[in-house]
Amino acid sequence: MTKTEEIAKGILAGNRRSIAKAITIVENDDQEAQKLVKEIYPHTGRAHIIGLTGAGGAGKSTLIEKMVKEYRRIGKKVGVVAVDPTSPFTGGAFLGDRIRMQELCMDKDVFIRSMATRNYAGGIAKATKDAVRVLDASGKDIVIVETVGAGQSEVEIIRVAQTTVVVHAPGLGDDIQAIKAGIMEIADIFVVNKADREGADKAVIDIQSNLQLNNKEKPWRPPVLRTVALTGEGILELIGQIEQHRCFLEGNVECKTALLRTKTETELVEAIRERVTNSVIEELKRKGEFDELVHEIMERQTDPTSAARRLLKRALKNET
Amino acid sequence: MHKGKKIRVLIAKPGLDSHDRGAKIVARALRDAGMEVIYTGLRQTPEQIAETALQEDVDVIGLSILSGAHKTLFPRIMRLLEDQDMTDVMVFAGGIIPEEDIAELKKLGIREIFGPGTPTETIIQYVLENISKKS
Repeated sequence: MTKTEEIAKGILAGNRRSIAKAITIVENDDQEAQKLVKEIYPHTGRAHIIGLTGAGGAGKSTLIEKMVKEYRRIGKKVGVVAVDPTSPFTGGAFLGDRIRMQELCMDKDVFIRSMATRNYAGGIAKATKDAVRVLDASGKDIVIVETVGAGQSEVEIIRVAQTTVVVHAPGLGDDIQAIKAGIMEIADIFVVNKADREGADKAVIDIQSNLQLNNKEKPWRPPVLRTVALTGEGILELIGQIEQHRCFLEGNVECKTALLRTKTETELVEAIRERVTNSVIEELKRKGEFDELVHEIMERQTDPTSAARRLLKRALKNET
Repeated sequence: MHKGKKIRVLIAKPGLDSHDRGAKIVARALRDAGMEVIYTGLRQTPEQIAETALQEDVDVIGLSILSGAHKTLFPRIMRLLEDQDMTDVMVFAGGIIPEEDIAELKKLGIREIFGPGTPTETIIQYVLENISKKS
């Protein structure tokens, strides 16, 4: 058995070391990652994937800690992927989400992994999807993904999660009414955390009226919940709504299939695009044609788009 | 594995220290040197540290301790890492650790002790030069 096969076997048995090694592989080693995902893919699709997004300081990590405790109380196995940003200047990252979750550390049926975005855009890491698959295949019933503290356009989470929870807290300086497209549109559930603070009621009303304006005839109407993550207030209701949403997806086969189809198509296109791009560019660099054209562009003899077209024509011609 | 792989570091505070200024300074310095640094906060038990290192599949662990309990806690941590088959992880320590205890700690497998006043550049260089590429 190869090392990858061994790790795959370990994942399916729920072995924590194998899970950890596997996530490292999907983060780093393209070749081995492909083999690994191929092995475990047939065993995925069981877990309910929950995405948690929202501005930094809204209380996502604290909320997750309470959610995990509740899921554990009802006997569910849980995986958590917590994403933090990579510095575009140094390439390093400070991964501190675990601080709020360390009480869960010794529970064998909880697995927490911190990931850096490694400059992938959209609020999660490129490998987050596969890390979630690893946790899914290892037998977790619930996988929670905490995105980078998000602004408006960190919406990649919808490609990964089945239920997306947007967390807001009053007093963070962003007026709900100023929030435009993006993050408001992706929520299956809204949470106003730190609901004991001033401004919470206004936030709830603002979100609700925003929803009334936007969501004409959608089959699922996102509820707006209040929580106080520090005390655990509102957590039961949140878990309940997440479960309701899951049931809605299960029950509404059309909706569920449509969502899955969109996700799958998007992922397939991206996988193809990446491979085609990489292989074409590698080939062009190898032949020296790439550098030739860079030089021409710098000399203003051609422009980038025309150059790309020429290169592609040549590359595709050579393929046949 | 191969060059270009990010170095993942766990900065951990075993025991009952009441502040983590030093640990955070080291964590930030390593981050600015391009590493991915997991910091788990105050009051970690040896078990929590070992389990976190396992789940996060770290290459390096930096133990920060001010309370003087290093002679009790460090052996437990190193033992747990051994049980978990993680002896290839580089472990260094810092904080308030008397000179005369250093030899004993190194015998446990702790590679280096970086006392108060150590330039962060020294720690960074040490990690970069001594990190073994894990297979």
